[in-house]
Amino acid sequence: MDPSKLPGFLLRRGVKAVIVLLAIIVCNFLLIHAAPGDPASVIAGQSGAADEKFLAQLRQQFGLDQPLHVQLWLYVKGVATLDLGFSHRQQQPVLLLVAERLPATLLLTGAAFGFAVLAGVAMGTLAAQRVGSWADSLITVLALACYATPLFWVGLMLVLLFGVWLEWLPVFGMMTVGANLSGFALVVDVGRHLLLPALTLGLFYMAVYARLTRATMLEVADQDFVKTARAKGVPEGQVTRRHILRNALLPVITFAGIQAGQLVGGAILVETVFAWPGIGRLAFEALLARDYPVLMGVFFATSVMVVAFNLLTDLLYAVIDPRVEVEG
Amino acid sequence: MNLSRRGLLAASATAPVLMRVGDAQAQGITPRRGGTLTTILQPEPPVLQIGVNNQGPTLIAAPKMFNGLLRFSPTLEPLPELAKSWTISPDGKEYVFNLVDNARFHDGRPMTADDVIFSIMRFHTELAPRARAIFSLIDSCTAPDAHTVRITLKRAFQPFLLMFDVTACAIVPKHLFDGQDFRQAPAVQRPVGTGPFRFTEWQRGNFIRMDRFDGYWKPNQPYLDTIIWRIVPDSQSRQVALETGAVQLTSSGDIEPFAIPGLRARPNLEVRTDGWEYFAPLSWIETNHRVAPLADVRVRQAISHAIDRNFIAQRLWFGVGKPATSPIASATRFHDPSVRLQAYDPRAAQQLLDAAGLRPNAQGVRTSIKHLVLPYGEVWTRLSEYLRQSLRQVGINLELESTDAGAWARRIGNWEYETSINFLYQFGDPTLGVERTYVSSNIQRVTFTNTGGYSNPAVDALFLKAREAVTADERRAAFSEVQKLLASEIPQIWLMEMSFPTIHDRRLRNVISTGTGPNASFDDVFLAS
Repeated sequence: MDPSKLPGFLLRRGVKAVIVLLAIIVCNFLLIHAAPGDPASVIAGQSGAADEKFLAQLRQQFGLDQPLHVQLWLYVKGVATLDLGFSHRQQQPVLLLVAERLPATLLLTGAAFGFAVLAGVAMGTLAAQRVGSWADSLITVLALACYATPLFWVGLMLVLLFGVWLEWLPVFGMMTVGANLSGFALVVDVGRHLLLPALTLGLFYMAVYARLTRATMLEVADQDFVKTARAKGVPEGQVTRRHILRNALLPVITFAGIQAGQLVGGAILVETVFAWPGIGRLAFEALLARDYPVLMGVFFATSVMVVAFNLLTDLLYAVIDPRVEVEG
Repeated sequence: MNLSRRGLLAASATAPVLMRVGDAQAQGITPRRGGTLTTILQPEPPVLQIGVNNQGPTLIAAPKMFNGLLRFSPTLEPLPELAKSWTISPDGKEYVFNLVDNARFHDGRPMTADDVIFSIMRFHTELAPRARAIFSLIDSCTAPDAHTVRITLKRAFQPFLLMFDVTACAIVPKHLFDGQDFRQAPAVQRPVGTGPFRFTEWQRGNFIRMDRFDGYWKPNQPYLDTIIWRIVPDSQSRQVALETGAVQLTSSGDIEPFAIPGLRARPNLEVRTDGWEYFAPLSWIETNHRVAPLADVRVRQAISHAIDRNFIAQRLWFGVGKPATSPIASATRFHDPSVRLQAYDPRAAQQLLDAAGLRPNAQGVRTSIKHLVLPYGEVWTRLSEYLRQSLRQVGINLELESTDAGAWARRIGNWEYETSINFLYQFGDPTLGVERTYVSSNIQRVTFTNTGGYSNPAVDALFLKAREAVTADERRAAFSEVQKLLASEIPQIWLMEMSFPTIHDRRLRNVISTGTGPNASFDDVFLAS
């Protein structure tokens, strides 16, 4: 990679990113407002009693009495100054609500991501090295099973096994509430709570990485430069690591980039099953309550992540494979 | 139940508490101080300030931090809370409440008549539609001294006292709301009341924590140190939490009815279905009278004949609730036990449909009716599927449409439906919770009004008579008549008197001691060792 090209690349990608984000905001806004129902009618429905005055008060307070294009303009103007709006339902600024829930999701999805990549690539490598052996068959079958099993079912079974029967791990939540833990004890406590949801979320991706790594490694292993390396006497371990794996990693990185982009939004199901206080649930509950500002805030945070990780992936290509040029 | 002439002077504030403590002692258990109750709150409420938000979960959690003037027994007799006694004038227009003199808010300020007047006349009147409708009858509300409140009504209104439960009119601190936008005041985020527990922490999506308020006005109460409300969105996980002992109490809709039989079998758990007498929710098939076949009383009667309410209560709700027999639930005042609904009789249903001119076509279908499934959980979907099966047997093709809560409320409110399922709280008295569904003056484009559009001048007149009558006997007569009339006209097809299971660890005592059950203050709940 030519370092002198980097600033221009980042600038061009930055401009593109702003345009993409703007388009996403407008699309989200219109889609969300096209859904039947509004926050006022939801609150009226949940309160068990309502009158016209109550509905009118709420709609005025939420700004829903304004024309749609005015609402959109106000929202875009707000986002430009990093003001994601105010949730009148929860009486809190959206930025605060999102920021409060983001760390939990990043911890969960980050752990799942790390587990998936490490375990997946390791399993794929092992399988490719011993292709046709019982280890290869075992890994392939395991990967297929993880790939084909629905997430929520895996989650429920893990809860049943480790939470209910063995009673080794807590069944839900992010930490023991009311225990006032700190320091190392807190880390252990959160870790114990994290294990099952991260495993549930990570298994599917682990399977994908394992299959991908195995397939590309077998493909690369047949190429001439690998034969050359072996012919000039490079030890087998080094051939695998430096010649085969490194060249086989590009598709894995592509996929990891896609998965990383979904780190924020992709965990609704697991967060629900394990009562993990993350942003996916925030979005889902906001959708049910028609809490528009919160929903758009989460979408915005998610799209920023996707754009950022796409950029990061492109940069990473160039690092792994110097032949790849950064181009905007 | 003659409330209007009743003067409960000098009813001691501590008597009911002592009585229950006595009950416990009779079982060989003295209330034990200390311990943490972990329970579940679902769905997570947006805020915990009664008035600003009156959703079900708010009304479960917030009463632990607030008090009302009164509480209500399972038979809906008023019991003292912040009002230690009260008198009602013979003409039913003047109410005088004598307040306890040692109640403090969690910030240390004493609770006085000013706070009560503020809560009634301004806070709840401005925020809550139900309070607004009733409190608009108040002519004047004054404080002869710091611990007395005198309310004069424009005209007698017999169910008035029922509005003073904490769930309807929680007493809020005037000094934290006066002069501010009530919905946006800081106290909405950190509620301050006179209740036995004070707000400590809320991690959204995770838990809410309340700790014992040491300055609570009942001596030596509450018994628990802490209540923790876990937010657990998945019903399977909630059930597992209860089974593993991670939580000691679930209430309301936390547990799906089909899980009840399994939980009943567990020796360490107690399953109770009482404690909902004050709310007495009644469910029905919501029918829109503007849609052709449903305007015909014979079609509605036929549908009523075609469904087996026993099946619904026993097989879908597993005995949590019982078949409806009248538009007024049996726990609600003035329920007439002699009223009967159309019995389960598919043949009678078919005869009525024949008479209504709905003949079966070659496939045996007489008519098709759309049906909006109530999006409140699995059991409601099963109910709608059962209804489709039963109605198909008499030749009515029910076309199920699914939706989510937001769209459901909007469509019902806008009359954009043919049939659906609905259930409403009755709040102890038909004037408060039943009338609104049937009188023509309440046909509005708002959810939970008379959205079906039923209109019958005789029904209107009877509800009005019952509303304005001063004595319980006059009201009873009017309500009996209107129940008989409604039962034959069947404007909404009532299904079940609902209840909700309260499931708790047997070591947890006094969970249900009033007609509001899990919605009460929990100041006498304790964990036996």
